[in-house]
Amino acid sequence: MTHVPSREGTAAMPGSIQVAPSPPVQYVLRRADDALILGHRLSEWCGHAPMMEEDMALANMGLDLIGQARSLYAHAGTLEAAGHDEDDFAYRRDERAYVNLLLVEQPNGDFAATMLRQFLYAAFALPYWTAMMASRDATLAAIAAKAEKEMAYHLRHAGEWVVRLGDGTGESHARAAAALDALWPYTGEMFAVDAVERAAIEAGEGIDPSGLRPGWRAMVARVLAQATLAMPEDGWMQQGGRQGRHSEHMGYLLAELQHVQRSIPGAVW
Amino acid sequence: MVMTAAETLRARAWEAAAAVVDPEIPVLSIADLGVLRDVRVAGGRVEVVITPTYSGCPAMDVIALEIETALARAGFAAARVRTTLSPAWTTDWLTEAGREKLRAYGIAPPPAGAGRAALVGAPAPACPLCGSARSELISAFGSTPCKALHRCLDCREPFDAFKCH
Repeated sequence: MTHVPSREGTAAMPGSIQVAPSPPVQYVLRRADDALILGHRLSEWCGHAPMMEEDMALANMGLDLIGQARSLYAHAGTLEAAGHDEDDFAYRRDERAYVNLLLVEQPNGDFAATMLRQFLYAAFALPYWTAMMASRDATLAAIAAKAEKEMAYHLRHAGEWVVRLGDGTGESHARAAAALDALWPYTGEMFAVDAVERAAIEAGEGIDPSGLRPGWRAMVARVLAQATLAMPEDGWMQQGGRQGRHSEHMGYLLAELQHVQRSIPGAVW
Repeated sequence: MVMTAAETLRARAWEAAAAVVDPEIPVLSIADLGVLRDVRVAGGRVEVVITPTYSGCPAMDVIALEIETALARAGFAAARVRTTLSPAWTTDWLTEAGREKLRAYGIAPPPAGAGRAALVGAPAPACPLCGSARSELISAFGSTPCKALHRCLDCREPFDAFKCH
């Protein structure tokens, strides 16, 4: 078997695509990967949720996110102009080429951990996509116009559960508090600005996430107060997802996500 | 008014495409839904422009396929379906006729002209079965991405309501 050497000296899997390092392509891929990976995580609940209504809710939210990912991957493909389609991006990259937030790849854990993760992300994604509707990139603005409505719905649903669990029984409060503490160190990455982000912001195509932080904190503080959960201190924040350095959970997630395409390359429904 | 040959052709193509129904809610045509945006005829070839409803709506691929089939049946070979994202679809584009058809089918239509504002903290929809204004939410996520599940507090029947988008 021949291995194609890729960046950082690791060997690429056979059949993997190499994506252009161009900042506009990477900027769109970051958002696409956030949506795909979180959508995949939610899909893992299908048939396992604590009740029928939540099974439908989690699958529906996952579907929204995977739909957003499809539009964003198609747009990345247009910007890259290398002939890669949405399936190439979703299924045929190595772990180091995925540039999602570490937050969204964290395991589902219990229902409280899944709802806290969804709440923390949606509280960021809603104002992010709302601002993106004014992007100079007309396609991103159009994707944003749908995504912001979907994220508003997710935020409401997850926020209601955070309140219900936090202000519920001793057991549900303890689980929600534990999930919040475990996820908090992954929230700082949402607001980080590096060269890729800066290039998009300066071009009027991207949104400065650091400007969204006060509004995010206010939203989170309001819901946590209602949920009788203490807002964690901002300490060390874990980063690296945007540069392709992932937590140990990502490889297992990709193994499942990519399995069919890697076993039977080019398989279609 | 006399139509030119090109206009007649376009009108025929529009009529064929507009008759395609939503596979999930077969009482609604894609014209009622506001999914059908444009029909163009150039050099004898038809291009149909549609816009997706919800980002992950699985019905879009089926709708595209059925448009091609409907046009082929109407004598337009090799029609092309193009998807446009801008401007983004909203439930405000549902026609008045479409809203009435939804209600008659047992699905509460989204309030007209509400759009984004009604998404959070939306008032309870009226029961499409008995007309009562008193209903409660059972599940914010329903049988398809575009619907939520409610229950009438008067006739006690559960019903689907179209989510505002």
